[in-house]
Amino acid sequence: MVEMEKDRPQWGNPLQFVLACISYAVGLGNVWRFPYLCQKYGGGGFLVPYLIMLIVEGMPLLYLELAVGQRMRQGSIGAWNTISPYLRGVGIASVIVSFFLSMYYNVINSWSFWYLFHSFQDPLPWSSCPLNSNLTSHDEECERASSTEYFWYRKTLNISPSIQENGVIQWEQALCLILAWLVVYLCILKGTESTGKVVYITALLPYCVLIIYLIRGLTLHGAANGLAYMFTPKVEQLANPQTWINAATQIFFSLGLGFGSLIAFASYNEQSNNCQKHAIIVSLINSFTSIFASIVTFAIYGFKATFNYESCVNKVILLLTNTFDLEDGFLTSGNLEEMKAHLASTYPKEYSEVFLQIKNCSLESELDTAVQGTGLSFIVYTEAIKNMEVPQLWSVLYFVMLLMLGIGSMLGNTTAILTPLTDSKFISSRLPKEAISGLICVINCVIGLVFTLESGNYWFEIFNNYSATFSLLLIVLVETIAVCYIYGLRRFENDLQVMTGCKLNWYWKIMWAFVSPLLIISLFIFYLMDYILTGNLKYQAWDATQGQLVPKDYPGYALAVISFLVVSSLMFIPLVALGTFIMNRRKRGNTSTMV
Amino acid sequence: MLVALFPTLCLVTVIHAQLCRPDAENAFKVRLSLKTALGDKAYAWNRNEEYLFKAMVAFSLRTLSNRETIEISNVLLCNITKRVSFWFVVTDPSKNQTLPASEVQEAIRMNRNRINNAFFLNDQTLEFLEIPTTFGPPTEPSTPTWIITFGAVFFIVAVGIVLLIISGIHKRRRKSKASRETGDVEDKHETMVTIENGIPCDTLDSKEGRINRAFPADDEKFTPL
Repeated sequence: MVEMEKDRPQWGNPLQFVLACISYAVGLGNVWRFPYLCQKYGGGGFLVPYLIMLIVEGMPLLYLELAVGQRMRQGSIGAWNTISPYLRGVGIASVIVSFFLSMYYNVINSWSFWYLFHSFQDPLPWSSCPLNSNLTSHDEECERASSTEYFWYRKTLNISPSIQENGVIQWEQALCLILAWLVVYLCILKGTESTGKVVYITALLPYCVLIIYLIRGLTLHGAANGLAYMFTPKVEQLANPQTWINAATQIFFSLGLGFGSLIAFASYNEQSNNCQKHAIIVSLINSFTSIFASIVTFAIYGFKATFNYESCVNKVILLLTNTFDLEDGFLTSGNLEEMKAHLASTYPKEYSEVFLQIKNCSLESELDTAVQGTGLSFIVYTEAIKNMEVPQLWSVLYFVMLLMLGIGSMLGNTTAILTPLTDSKFISSRLPKEAISGLICVINCVIGLVFTLESGNYWFEIFNNYSATFSLLLIVLVETIAVCYIYGLRRFENDLQVMTGCKLNWYWKIMWAFVSPLLIISLFIFYLMDYILTGNLKYQAWDATQGQLVPKDYPGYALAVISFLVVSSLMFIPLVALGTFIMNRRKRGNTSTMV
Repeated sequence: MLVALFPTLCLVTVIHAQLCRPDAENAFKVRLSLKTALGDKAYAWNRNEEYLFKAMVAFSLRTLSNRETIEISNVLLCNITKRVSFWFVVTDPSKNQTLPASEVQEAIRMNRNRINNAFFLNDQTLEFLEIPTTFGPPTEPSTPTWIITFGAVFFIVAVGIVLLIISGIHKRRRKSKASRETGDVEDKHETMVTIENGIPCDTLDSKEGRINRAFPADDEKFTPL
């Protein structure tokens, strides 16, 4: 029976494909993880291992995934099935990991919506502490923490003290989550037809906002402090193996390899598309965006740190002025140190009484508070924004940018899940495309309501840290080995030459066959060692009485969930291989008896 | 007569000094930060400003129901420092005592805003130590602002989804109608069908595009190496 090739939907033009890949790869990690790594591992010096890993690991693996998708013209399950029926499990593992990712990732978009909707007020709700119930002073929890932390932990998350206390579903967050899923559904409803148009906005708008923020950030008072702090290279960090490991993992996860999204995007390409050029372009733009975003972030950091430092100094000045009844305005930040010495010698008794309350204000320690993840966006950035002029405008711009980044990545995630489903004849013959996408969105939304519980943020962190990390490394390792050694590197090279007309460069061949697999194996071993050596897994819980995060141990059932997350995707690789092997043996057994 | 006046004056000042001193009973400390609040436009604190302050305190007390006879001379200031900070007490016009602290506190709290405005200062730059600031009641609109924006975005997105779904259904109905029509046309011409290589030519002319179904789509037919 001859198989018909259905008309496969395609991108309107190659630019849409490139923008889709950029929109998917450039996500929140570029904005809130790279600046943190840059600061922690040597500032300007971190760029050296980062760029080396980009060339050695990022570009080859990205090219590999795009080439596989474009050649096989199917989603991840079909593509790996074509390479070898034993490897269909790799595709299934990719789909499951994408499913976990889309479950929790859209919650971030719902938080962005929440903050966006609250930005249309004057003053911004996180700029000051609310009053307590009898209106005598500010709320206790808010006084101990800060107003932005209070708004995040209490008003947004309404977080419980530990993961065991689940609380109730926060209806405001649930509404925002439903809205986030409706927006995603709107974008993927028509497949590449609609996705291809939406990526123009989700890919390009963040750059506009970043440029505006760059101009604003560089003109802020104190921005130079942040930039100087970030870019002074601490060369001794290059000798630290953690630096190289973190550079490798950052490149790996930032490009979104192994989820099947890149394979799905490339499967909608024309066969003659030059995916080598596109792979290089996308990976370079992704890294450039990370560096660009960290410049903006550190300008803002510098502003915030300088502001806090000057507030601290002013508090000390006020304290001394009140204690010694000096003339108002006599003490300035310039003469503070010598006046402190003078007062200590002239009034030793009073000075020693007040000495304990004098904080040592240090700009360095303010800059040192390196934050990553949701804390950076929703606590640190909002703190900087509230002190700018016209904070509503900056707040709206910032959260619209976060939304675009998040939705762009969500489009890739959902495409990774949908493409294999729409490729499968069994499902696509029974349900139209719109119904399949709708079903996926509804299922994800309902499960995602778990993250709107009071303990939801703790579950979010579990998914964020464990659902994709181990699994992806293994999946990409199997992918590389499969293409090079099971399908055959020479055969793949011939396919690419027939497809695109260009000969495969020796560089890619060496990377795919030797360097990248070795790199991934060493990363995997590092992760395993790190997990074994850490012992009990801990998480950061918000303590309302102290107004800060405290470490706690995960309970048994949380650890069970973590193991489930890792195992449930990976187990399909050996299971399906075994299943196919058994089925083939049975078929061969039948045919041999017939003969 | 002048000789009699002199000791009375001394007595009065002595009594006043006893009533107003730091940490005296019913005395309050006031602290002003003029340069912090006004910068270059800060005025100098002199006796005229002190007079205004006494007047404001007396005014505040007069607003209390039973103290309408308070005069400026009943307000005593002392220990004025360069900071600028000083202590004050309010004496009872009928008796030779200070008014209870609770009354003074209530009066000041009720008129805090007017006292601040008289000096172009606010609660942080004109401090009455031990008199807590009264916070204004929080202004909350009846519907939280965010729900309005949420509702607008939700509505737009829902409308967009409904429109896209309906257009998809229309397109599919049109396509199935068209394929049904070409099927009817083929039935009528069944006797006149031309066959080449075992494949009816008509099926190759279908409107869905030119797909040569005889050509294998992918090389699954070939055994792997």
